[in-house]
Amino acid sequence: MQTYLRQASQMQALSFTVHIPLVCFGIALPAIIAFMEWRFLRTGDELYRTLARRWTRLMAALFAVGVITGTILSFEMGMLWPGFMSRFGGVFGLGFAIEGFSFFMEAIFIGIYVYGWKRLKPRTHLLCAVPIILAGFTGSLMVISVNAWMQHPSGFKLVHGRAVDVHPLAALFGNSFLWNELIHMYLAGYIVTGFVLAAPYAIAMLRGRRGRYERTALAVPLAIAAIVSPIQVLVGDWVARDVATEQPTKLAAIEGLAHTTRGASEHLLGWYENGQVKFGIAIPKLLSLLAFHSFNAKVQGLDAVPASQRPPINITRISFQLMVMIGTALAVLGVWFLFMRYRRKRLPDTRWFYMAVAAAGPLSLVALIAGWIVTEVGRQPWVVYKVMTTTQAVTDARSVPVGYAALAIAYVLVAIGVVWVLRRLSAAPLDELDGAPAGTPATAGA
Amino acid sequence: MHLYDLPIICVLVGLALYAVLGGADFGAGFWQLTTLPVARGSGERAERARLIREHAHHSMGPVWEANHVWLIFVLTVTWTAYPRAFGAIASTLAVPLLLAGLGVVFRGIAYALRSGTDRPSELGVIDTIFSLSSILTPFALGAMVGAIAARRVPVGNAAGSLIGSWTSGTPVLVGVLAVAISAYMAAVYLAADAARNGERELAEQFRHRALGAGGVAGIVAIVGLPVLHAGAHPLYHRLLDGPGLVGVAISVIGGLSTLVLVAIRRFEPARVSAAVAVAGMIIGWALAQQPLLLPHLTLRQAAAPHEALVVLLIAIAMGAAILFPSLAFLFSLVLRGHFDPGHVAQDAPASPRAVLAASSAGLFARLAVAGLLGGLGFLTAADAPWAHAIGVVCLLACAVFAFVAVDPTGLAAGGDASS
Ligand code: HDD
Ligand code: HEM
Ligand code: HEM
Repeated sequence: MQTYLRQASQMQALSFTVHIPLVCFGIALPAIIAFMEWRFLRTGDELYRTLARRWTRLMAALFAVGVITGTILSFEMGMLWPGFMSRFGGVFGLGFAIEGFSFFMEAIFIGIYVYGWKRLKPRTHLLCAVPIILAGFTGSLMVISVNAWMQHPSGFKLVHGRAVDVHPLAALFGNSFLWNELIHMYLAGYIVTGFVLAAPYAIAMLRGRRGRYERTALAVPLAIAAIVSPIQVLVGDWVARDVATEQPTKLAAIEGLAHTTRGASEHLLGWYENGQVKFGIAIPKLLSLLAFHSFNAKVQGLDAVPASQRPPINITRISFQLMVMIGTALAVLGVWFLFMRYRRKRLPDTRWFYMAVAAAGPLSLVALIAGWIVTEVGRQPWVVYKVMTTTQAVTDARSVPVGYAALAIAYVLVAIGVVWVLRRLSAAPLDELDGAPAGTPATAGA
Repeated sequence: MHLYDLPIICVLVGLALYAVLGGADFGAGFWQLTTLPVARGSGERAERARLIREHAHHSMGPVWEANHVWLIFVLTVTWTAYPRAFGAIASTLAVPLLLAGLGVVFRGIAYALRSGTDRPSELGVIDTIFSLSSILTPFALGAMVGAIAARRVPVGNAAGSLIGSWTSGTPVLVGVLAVAISAYMAAVYLAADAARNGERELAEQFRHRALGAGGVAGIVAIVGLPVLHAGAHPLYHRLLDGPGLVGVAISVIGGLSTLVLVAIRRFEPARVSAAVAVAGMIIGWALAQQPLLLPHLTLRQAAAPHEALVVLLIAIAMGAAILFPSLAFLFSLVLRGHFDPGHVAQDAPASPRAVLAASSAGLFARLAVAGLLGGLGFLTAADAPWAHAIGVVCLLACAVFAFVAVDPTGLAAGGDASS
């Protein structure tokens, strides 16, 4: 029987690509807003409250879109991958079930926070941000525990195609892969939110609007992103070393390493073809050093597994290079910002710096998606690494292409809508932001 | 009662709460639709229609996201506890599931868009999208329930008919019923909200709507009996002269008392009895269908291994212990009118305090560098897992200290960037 594996994979990828940037704002924006509100409570300076309120509106709108795209994802788990769910739902499902509670907390307290400006006592209101921040963390922890389990499955035995002897807690949380994926993703959330939020204010500065309002709105998210970006490089290196030991084939795909080699060299740029990287810059022995901390360590190549068990090389490899290049550039930008802060005790004043910050917003998003492509495409052809292939997981339903097309159209409309509403929100006069959140037109019923 | 029965009870409770809370949200969208034809133009009727729409929209405000998490809860508990059944249901019923999903997408986006405008023409478009998707989603979800009840979902990967499984009499009936009940619930709730706000006229209008929708829902249920008899014979018998009768009775009593309560304008108790009516329906269905989840698949056969169920139930219990107090907090704020237009807390004047002393910034910068060095040593150079854990903690501490040292608000307040 014909299945629509390709379309199903692409539909899944599309849905994630839409969900994951929104998630970053769910992770980091509440903390940034709470910081602003706390500054306001400490200093009584209205400027901070104005910014906090503006960003609350942004958070409310993005959260709503995060909810719907996440709902689609949970539908798709069963709609597209019934084989996967039927066999392993009992093993990893717990992660999602706990995640559900964390969504509850997030949704409840975002509701209170968004509607509670001016309607709750200031301190109560600020306290309501705490569960949102915590839930952003536990939510990511739970989903990523599922993803990490797919990368590095354990906690069950397979007998006659059924999972038996199931230990969900060990499967989800006793997994070395979880911690590096989680930290890397969580930091990515702060990087993306920081740079994306700073970008419009950098553009405003370039256009000559350099009042204290713009400077504050720029400095807070930018400082966060600038601090986290260099740290992310270290964490990324840690992630890569874990991939090297646990998923050697993925590492070989990332590096375009055809044959198992001692003292393998690292290739920058280039294109993988016929067992080698063409037009790349080779740095001898660097790969062995990076992956195993030794110049002559043996690195497993693609030839260790049959061709049918290798992921698409170029997609994985190019996405990885893109992420690392952008990550490095963001780290350099961050270090520059910190250096200027330390040396000159002020914001940088060169045009190129603000142009770089404006570019860093979209670039950090590219790095985010690219990183997930490395993780997910590099896992192919397995849905559960070395246990179940995507062919075994995919649905037999013939409706996949139609569903894919419908969802793609819907998401294009969603994207247009989001851009439209964000522009409207940023143009709304400040005095109308009296705590009436998403959904209540600023002047309704007045 | 066995261990494998407990998760389905959680699922059914979640489903009932979703039908009651989420259903009322969907129904609010439904009522917006009915006012759209007159909402254009000016005059008293148009103004009244606009008020109805605003009221329907506003009353959902702070709670709609939380209400919809019940659906996520139902899904995740089902796929953890009864994975085989979930795979079969979601693959055979892929089409209504997709329709429900598209409905969720368009509803959510319309909701988010509404904050960007107050122009009547744009609001008209947005509210139309919102209302149509508010009808599509409950219909599709109801049809899925109907298809399961009518035993149209065989075990296996997309083993049932993609279209036929949910377009026959019983599924369509349940879909329509879901829409009617949503409208009914919403009208009751909106009347209660309006009465609480002291908006007599608005409350009256929703009172009429509630009576109408309640009547329609009752008629659909009665007309549905022959449909059920023809399309889902076993279910019909077990509902009407079998174990399901209890639920049916609860539902009928709840529905009728709601009508009476609404008629005599006792809206707050009517909220409760309407919820009881919905819960009764779900109880009836569950009792009539058990022990079969799908054809040839009992709960026991569908259930995940023992340990998975135990851990899941513990997680649910712990989750509930945090969830219900939080929900109570949210709903008490809403129901006590804290979020109604015009409610303002006494704004205690903030007491200005000194900003971080400049001299301590150097200390924090040094702490940040120490954290970074610790991270380099333990995370990057070392190889043992315990060292990695220390390394991560060092790096996170580094980030926090660095943020304090950078003091971005002080930085922005200081020198002018253009100088
Ligand atoms: C802002 C985003 C961002 C930035 C700047 C970086 N990454 Fe990343 N990376 C991600 C965002 C990301 C991610 C959130 O998209 C992924 C996907 C899965 C995950 O846990 O994190 C990821 C995955 C990921 C993986 C694959 C993990 C797997 O397959 O399980 C590796 C090896 C790296 N990263 C390494 C790096 C290195 C060496 C970077 C430094 C320069 C780097 N990343 C910067
Ligand atoms: C916890 C989070 C995640 C889970 C549980 C998850 C799960 C899955 C599953 C079940 C599939 C289908 C099977 C397969 O094709 O291997 C898949 C594929 C895919 N996912 Fe993820 N995923 C997660 C995060 C992400 C994110 C954030 C992205 C971001 C873009 C992403 C990108 C993809 C892509 C590109 C594919 C298609 C791979 C291919 O077939 O080539 N995933 N994922
Ligand atoms: C790496 C992957 C993922 C991360 C880090 C993540 C994290 C989050 C976070 C923080 C939210 C809060 C909403 C927001 O901020 O916009 C959210 C929403 C949501 N996510 Fe994801 N998610 C991921 C993948 C998934 C997957 C694989 C699923 C389902 C299968 C999923 C289902 C949902 C749902 C249903 C919501 C809405 C929750 C609500 O109603 O409040 N997510 N996600």
